Amino acid sequence: MSEMEGGIVKKFLYVNRKAPYGTVYAQESLEVVLIGAAFEQDVSLAFIDDGVYQLAKGQDTKALGVKNFSPTYRALEDYDVTKLFVEKESLEVRGLSADDMVVPVTIMGAQEMAEYMNGQDVILSF
Amino acid sequence: MLHTVNKSPFDHNTLETCLKYAKPGSAVLLIEDGVYAVAKGTAVSKQLQDALKTVPIYALKPDVEARGMQNRVLDGVKLVDYGGFVDLVAEHNTVQSWL
Amino acid sequence: MKFSILVNEGPYTHEAADTAYQFTKAALDKGHEIFRVFFYHDGVNNGTRLTTPPQDDRNIVKRWTELGEKHKLDLVVCVAAAQRRGIADADEAKRNGKDADNIAPGFRISGLGQLIEAGIQADRLVTFGD
Repeated sequence: MSEMEGGIVKKFLYVNRKAPYGTVYAQESLEVVLIGAAFEQDVSLAFIDDGVYQLAKGQDTKALGVKNFSPTYRALEDYDVTKLFVEKESLEVRGLSADDMVVPVTIMGAQEMAEYMNGQDVILSF
Repeated sequence: MLHTVNKSPFDHNTLETCLKYAKPGSAVLLIEDGVYAVAKGTAVSKQLQDALKTVPIYALKPDVEARGMQNRVLDGVKLVDYGGFVDLVAEHNTVQSWL
Repeated sequence: MKFSILVNEGPYTHEAADTAYQFTKAALDKGHEIFRVFFYHDGVNNGTRLTTPPQDDRNIVKRWTELGEKHKLDLVVCVAAAQRRGIADADEAKRNGKDADNIAPGFRISGLGQLIEAGIQADRLVTFGD
């Protein structure tokens, strides 16, 4: 945590562990990230376990009849949310790689991710 | 930091992921269906015993009792009530709820 | 110490709604301050006054209202999640052309910014969900 002229700046980590569409958590957590961006905190997003599916390329929800929110991850950069970390092990067991992600991400091993998580001030997990 | 797990280890990989992330200096609290992991003689008992060597593991007593697990708790797992849960949150800088 | 609580599940389906309440109550009993309780996802259903559980069951909504009154809690229901799930106060009902509101006493409807603020202002944020 640090004090800036505008007030307190905390390290916020959003932990995403759920796949999209099966439940609403991924979509509504992205809404929190977008609103939260206005608060000028030190934000990062972690994608672990089925959460990595949120970023999978090729999502097409037309036949399902719900909104495809995966393009929104590409808009995060405009909100100055640029720290997107994807757990290496989670990708591997799902047969995915960085090339399969809709946005540029940083791949991080679980051990490194655990260290990173440890250094946060606020963790929001969905 | 404090990690909480609220899923049965026989139905979800939540506990496994949590234990992978629980570093020395942190603690793990099992709540809700997560408390099924504390029972002796299960497929995850060894995993829990190994984890106990590096991090303290707690289980929420009201949840353990509600599920009839109170006489099967592995040695080394500490039971806490809601007040104890509050203390654990206060003692650690952050809380990660592995949902 | 100052806590904020995030409740992501509705009452009667998931124990998270009960755990969150018991945790909040225990924190207050220990003399901690609750900066805010924020209800998100199906958690917004904890804030409908139309809940009518059987007499031998706990009234989860009323429990929050009573705890809120006793300790002047800030019980905030997320507006976006509430609109999707049909939870409205008088203003929201009017704005959206609905014939009734259903927010329980002691709860208020506000934006997601209130959750971020809860994270910034409190010493600890604890999430209860599925």
